[in-house]
Amino acid sequence: MSKIGIFNWHRLFKTDKFYLLVCASSLFVLIILFAITVFLLFSAMPALESSQTGLLGISWYKSSEANNILDFCLPLVFSTILSSLLALVIALPVSIGVALFITFYAPPKLAAIASWVIDILASIPSIVYGLWGIFVLCPFLNVFTGNLISSPPRVLFTLSIVLAVMIIPIITSIIRDIYTGTPHLDIEAAYGLGATKWEMIRLSVLPYGAQGAMSAAMLGLGRALGETMAVLIILSPGRSYSFNIFGVSSHQTIAGNIAAQFPEANSLGVSLLTVTGLVLFIITFLVNWAAKKIAKSGVANV
Amino acid sequence: MGQRIDVEHLDVFYGKFMAVENVSMTINPNQVTAFIGPSGCGKSTFLRTINRMHEMTDKATVKGSILLEGRNLYSSEIDPVQVRREVGMVFQRPNPFPTMSIRQNVLAGIKLNNKSLTKAQADEIVETSLKGANLFNEVKDRLDSAAIGMSGGQQQRLCIARAIAMKPSVLLMDEPCSALDPISTLAVEDLIYELSSNYTIVIVTHNMQQASRVSQRTAFFNISDVGKPGRLIEMDQTTKIFSNPSNQQTENYISGKFG
Repeated sequence: MSKIGIFNWHRLFKTDKFYLLVCASSLFVLIILFAITVFLLFSAMPALESSQTGLLGISWYKSSEANNILDFCLPLVFSTILSSLLALVIALPVSIGVALFITFYAPPKLAAIASWVIDILASIPSIVYGLWGIFVLCPFLNVFTGNLISSPPRVLFTLSIVLAVMIIPIITSIIRDIYTGTPHLDIEAAYGLGATKWEMIRLSVLPYGAQGAMSAAMLGLGRALGETMAVLIILSPGRSYSFNIFGVSSHQTIAGNIAAQFPEANSLGVSLLTVTGLVLFIITFLVNWAAKKIAKSGVANV
Repeated sequence: MGQRIDVEHLDVFYGKFMAVENVSMTINPNQVTAFIGPSGCGKSTFLRTINRMHEMTDKATVKGSILLEGRNLYSSEIDPVQVRREVGMVFQRPNPFPTMSIRQNVLAGIKLNNKSLTKAQADEIVETSLKGANLFNEVKDRLDSAAIGMSGGQQQRLCIARAIAMKPSVLLMDEPCSALDPISTLAVEDLIYELSSNYTIVIVTHNMQQASRVSQRTAFFNISDVGKPGRLIEMDQTTKIFSNPSNQQTENYISGKFG
């Protein structure tokens, strides 16, 4: 009938109330996303248009010794991606292990408790993880690394562990749901051939859950990229492209930098921070897009 | 070669519920034996005890014994995983591994046993197994394409190929044609008939015509009431069961008076 674009105008004008409600809700989300984009672009403008001399008026820009805005952003981007990827590398195997344990190994009661704990962990605010990182993990790691690196070890390695702990619950809970849904037929196919439990998991569960695990990982990565409080508390900031994850004062993430500089930034400073925020926005956007892409290709394969 | 199966006083339980009571029978080697009976009579449950697949269901247990060429499958030193490698199974719906190619599917079971398979050995197993399942000519040009791209009947024959690649002595089939169209069913039935010269085949079917077409012997199971255990009522030559059964219940079932 009168279905133009994404809306069914005919139904809209017939004032189907529920239809109006769901349309308004989804429109609201779209408008918010659009508004954020516009806001970021507008408030990033002054810094993007400013000359190098203008930017040098910002004390922390000057002390960063950057030649231009890009030069300023890239070390932050590097550290953000490095810390998040490292966190993911730690978190993904653990999450898969926990999900497999809950789904196939644990006795039902223990599985229920473990599931419950995972869901609780997912809802703990990030500042608590940050505090745990600085008060518990740092002194703990210091026992092993005390002679090698600064004490306490407020370095990217420590941060990545905390980020990993933060994203393990969400990744685990998604993967657990996927593994639970492994078709009975696939499981029996493996057992029928004389597979042990682990061989059954390898033949049936892991291939079935591979795409879903990938998109769960991307969601976790998205979280780690945007994490602020834990970074602010743990990392002693610096600027470099160093892969030395134990290096002191050599990394700072985008979100951590914004939180650190924002309280004392002048208007051009705020604008410059917004530029970095815009970059983070684009990175998370790409990660989510990749997650969707992977999830979709999974559906096509099945 | 097929092996003989002797079942002695077998009871199957789900928790405390007795699903099948006191089944004793002999299944002859290199023959097709069909299990028929109304829904819920325990024929599938009983079939799954022959390769201990019932243990995949929570709290399923058995009493009694099943002897495969005199070896008790339920003695304590027997590993259920090993039982399933010797007693192959084909399921109600085709279930090739969805992410694997045709070739990988055929080799899936073999690779569990034998990690170091040369390419030539693997090629030979794939070819003989697929030929054994009457599938080779249809798929020989696309062995590396996804198994789920095939028709339902081809997928089921692939599952049979996957099972016979393990060189089992017994093949269990749990309503293998119930998800297939008549033409695919015919292809699978032909295959079952051919396979019976090398394997002991046990097939559960809802379809009495199918039982009379493919099997040499038929066992009829029944339940007296809902919640009561299933029992073996009668087992005999298929021709006798369908022409002149000795038990009244069998007579009623095959003549369509119930079920």
